[in-house]
Amino acid sequence: MDSTSLVALLQEAAPDARIEAVPSVDPHPTVYASGDAFPALARTLRDRGDLAFSVLMELTATDFWPREPRFELVYVLVSIANRLRLRLKVRLPSEDPRIATVTDVWPAANWLEREVWDLFGIVFDGHPDPRRLLMPEDWEGYPLRKDYPVQIRMTPTAAEPLQVTEEEFRASVARDRLTRTTPR
Amino acid sequence: MTTAMPDLRTETMTVNMGPQHPSTHGVLRIVLELDGETVLSAAPTIGFLHTGIEKTAEQKKWQQVIPLVERMDYLSAQSNSMAFCMSVETLLGVELPERVRNIRILIAELQRINSHLVWLGTHGMEVGAVSLMLYCFRERELLLNINEMLAGFRLFPSYVRVGGLREDLPRGFHDAVRAFLDRMPGKLDEYEDLLTQNEIYLLRTKGVGRISKEDALAYSLVGPIARAAGIDYDVRKVFPYLGYETYEFSVPTHSEGDAYARYLVRVAEMRESLKICRQALDRISPTGVFAIADPRITPPPKDKVYTEMEALIQHFLIYSQGFTVPAGEAYVPVEGPRGEQGFYVVSDGTNRPWRVKSRAPSLLACQALAKMIVGGLIADVIAVIGSIDVVMGDVDR
Repeated sequence: MDSTSLVALLQEAAPDARIEAVPSVDPHPTVYASGDAFPALARTLRDRGDLAFSVLMELTATDFWPREPRFELVYVLVSIANRLRLRLKVRLPSEDPRIATVTDVWPAANWLEREVWDLFGIVFDGHPDPRRLLMPEDWEGYPLRKDYPVQIRMTPTAAEPLQVTEEEFRASVARDRLTRTTPR
Repeated sequence: MTTAMPDLRTETMTVNMGPQHPSTHGVLRIVLELDGETVLSAAPTIGFLHTGIEKTAEQKKWQQVIPLVERMDYLSAQSNSMAFCMSVETLLGVELPERVRNIRILIAELQRINSHLVWLGTHGMEVGAVSLMLYCFRERELLLNINEMLAGFRLFPSYVRVGGLREDLPRGFHDAVRAFLDRMPGKLDEYEDLLTQNEIYLLRTKGVGRISKEDALAYSLVGPIARAAGIDYDVRKVFPYLGYETYEFSVPTHSEGDAYARYLVRVAEMRESLKICRQALDRISPTGVFAIADPRITPPPKDKVYTEMEALIQHFLIYSQGFTVPAGEAYVPVEGPRGEQGFYVVSDGTNRPWRVKSRAPSLLACQALAKMIVGGLIADVIAVIGSIDVVMGDVDR
């Protein structure tokens, strides 16, 4: 099945999910869906015979701070029966990012969602075990967020936690990251 | 027991296994609730080896990430770096020369044998076959020597680079690999003589740590664990990359889903890998092209750096500023020794990655561990942890 017919099939299977296809560089089709459609959309993807995305290969997030909507959740799905791959993405805002859990649909999502909560602070409503996975339980902050203060060169003080303004962060990133202007 | 002696007071016992237990393959901690010797519940706790590699990678230039990701799954370093490079190359739109693709296939398969040898040795030792470990590490030494020959580094060669390989194959490489390939089948027979029909090994592994096909799918298990449970999924066959579709090999599967089936699958996989290696070696010429000829991505030849101004500038630019990667995202999976392994890479168009996420097969295997050991005996916990072949560096990253 090619990418266009897969997207058409998804739109037909889940009319409420506002499926929006975007071009991808790698051979796997990429679609955006709205977060409200979960977990019903996940169940449709798994149970429909012509989709049968039975394996949740990967669940992760990306922080595009300071862009809005800030977070993008990525579900990498594989259908072994139909030899299909799909990258399903959901945009989430910086204010109170939350989405319904898919642990009922794919039990593998349990630790993957815990990891995303641990490192990005995205809340999964209805998660059976919402604890940190990799960081210590009493850790403060979400380390993989872009405004988490690690890129900043400043002397740490023992008494108070590091606080970084947006300007300081931008200056530091601009110093580190380089965009070459010559055309490719 | 309680029905026979109703007045006897029974209670469950909570046992902390790890994180320093020698058979937890690193620093895995499992809180076990025991009723006598039966495991009632198991809660794996991870994170003791979390080093924030994904966060560090966001601060590094693209080519500096390669040695970092090799240290995630330290038993399959070259599969990691290959998966990462392939995602980046997809973003760059790079088409690799055929010789490079064949060399990558060869080293990926050698890496698979290498990783399976460590697994076989340690797993064998944990269930009582101590001599097996000495034998496996003896053969692994030959593979490490080949790595040393390739790149001067035995465990983390960083030989795979974005756009190809670091340098051409060394002199004598073909002979060294061929000597290994000729030696290995007989040695695999020896290992099988020691284990496959061994009464003690059969008792320790048959029917132990069983997982059904449905559960394996639900818990996203891939690689040898899934194939031992009857799921015929191998990235090399289902979503071929690097030209695996032109190679002749089969994907061994079993349906029992227990520790013994995993052993059979992995040993059969080593034999298939040897077959692929032999085919790859015949296709690779001793010298030839080893990287794409794009001055923005790959450094110039060393002799030109010393003699030509332009080459020196190019060399300096690549190693000081790095190269930029067009904005976008890519995920190109490969079949590592533990199953589908890949890097979800996001670029914002600069010389450093915006996000690097490793798809860690060991993490998901670790998650399904409780499913496999609950209801079994505590002695079997060791056999099951060994059989799923977790690498804690890959679990915690």
